[in-house]
Amino acid sequence: MKVLVPIKRVVDYNVKIKVNNEQTAVDLNNVKMSMNPFCEIAVEEAIRLKETGAVSEVVVVSIGSSEVVEQLRTALALGADRAIHINSFEQLDSLDVAKVLKYVVEKESPDVVILGKQAIDSDNNQTGQMLGALTGMSQATFASKVFFQDGGLHVTREVDGGLQTLALKLPAIVTTDLRLNEPRYATLPNIMKAKRKPLESLDIADVGVTPHSSLTVIKVSPPTQRKAGIKVDNVAELIDKLKNEAKVIA
Amino acid sequence: MRTLVFAEHDNQHLKGETAKVVGAAQALNAPVDVLVAGYNLEAVVAEAKKLSYVERVLVADAAEYSAQLAENLALLVHSLSGEYSHVLAPATTTGKNFLPRVAALCDVPQLSDVIAIESSDTFVRPIYAGNAIATVQSSAIKHILTVRASAFDAIEHNGNADVVVIDSVFISENSSFISAELTESERPELTAASVVVSGGRGMQNGENFALLEGVADKLNGAIGASRAAVDAGFVPNDMQVGQTGKIIAPDLYIAVGISGAIQHLAGMKESKIIVAINKDEEAPIFQVADYGLVGDLFEILPELEKSL
Repeated sequence: MKVLVPIKRVVDYNVKIKVNNEQTAVDLNNVKMSMNPFCEIAVEEAIRLKETGAVSEVVVVSIGSSEVVEQLRTALALGADRAIHINSFEQLDSLDVAKVLKYVVEKESPDVVILGKQAIDSDNNQTGQMLGALTGMSQATFASKVFFQDGGLHVTREVDGGLQTLALKLPAIVTTDLRLNEPRYATLPNIMKAKRKPLESLDIADVGVTPHSSLTVIKVSPPTQRKAGIKVDNVAELIDKLKNEAKVIA
Repeated sequence: MRTLVFAEHDNQHLKGETAKVVGAAQALNAPVDVLVAGYNLEAVVAEAKKLSYVERVLVADAAEYSAQLAENLALLVHSLSGEYSHVLAPATTTGKNFLPRVAALCDVPQLSDVIAIESSDTFVRPIYAGNAIATVQSSAIKHILTVRASAFDAIEHNGNADVVVIDSVFISENSSFISAELTESERPELTAASVVVSGGRGMQNGENFALLEGVADKLNGAIGASRAAVDAGFVPNDMQVGQTGKIIAPDLYIAVGISGAIQHLAGMKESKIIVAINKDEEAPIFQVADYGLVGDLFEILPELEKSL
């Protein structure tokens, strides 16, 4: 069985981002970049499925300039077998990304595609679902548990109010939530080995997708800051303030 | 053109998010229809009919929709989308799950987590976990949005919409529902409660959350938790308030033993009044709190419960 894991290069989780002076974008100059945390969870899950013996090959794919090769190598060091780099200099929206991934799905015929539920830059939470619609594949988003059962996939999902378990026929799409697993770290020997693993490069024009987003960001601004209020000395004063000043309790 | 709002419900009751998304849809200055899709929907439809501003309630009532699987919901909404310039769903796990499929079927992008509607083609949404706010203009032929319900006021319930039955049923061949484990609670839901009492790592363990329950009971509030408390195993993840959990804006938010990581603030900073109770007076939560009380939560909580 083959698993495909699309991954995204994003601003590192720990970076405190700033809006640029022109208020047109987030300032990405000299900022540390990493693999999107939800994509790390997706890579980890694919590798764990391979370790159970149910999966024979894990292929990772990323779209972007040559810089994304860094994240593909990271995924290879974690245990993926092979990488595909789709070269693109354009900013793609989720629909364009899904169209590119549809091409990769048709070329690779994976049994399962595992993606992060969202990227921590654009926070869209769309690509997996859109890929599902374009390919007709079934989907389970917000996965917290994934296992093969009866020739298909059983996925437990984190939904509002609790958990839901679905059975999916293969091929299927899974998007990862935080509690699916805790990703491992790459060891130095594996980082060295990853340099020799196969990495194929394609141009976005070769996959038949012309990016043409109909979305234009016209402004990016910092969020409004809440001001600190006052400190109260004791419970009685707190209750008095909530009743008589804020009027939020009776 | 018209606006279609997807109703959030559990086949028994309409959820509060729906009235807020209809509230958001008002800004589009177009007639609004609400789609109720599920199974055995009499009660839900009766509630949806009362939503002010809504002209028609479209009802897709079939066993195939009872678990609201993304595949068949997407086909249903896509089949109805022709007469709508805007399709809105609340940014709940249901809305987030199926609406991008609708957008892809319509070959248009989606805007997620919209917090303001500036005009019929210009929308505001948070990016980078709410650390930046983007204003986005769309030239697409159709606008598909998930809406962060907590950012909008609910529409009133004094309408009397027409009911239109949708007969076509779309069946998902590739996915099926196995089971649901829903958290049973007598309390109001986190996203709907006007008072939320949340605990963090400072609670020390899950049993101590009983102290929060005492306070929440007095205020008819819901109980939340920080990601730190969830990661430490104190409470389940569906109680998490934050960027990776639920995003809420109650009238009163009481943060107990929560330091105030950015991740958490992203989930609650739109609350009307924030109270912080923490023994560390340097904790960042005090920078956003309207009222801060420095002290030992194990002394403060019982006293608070008794005084309310």
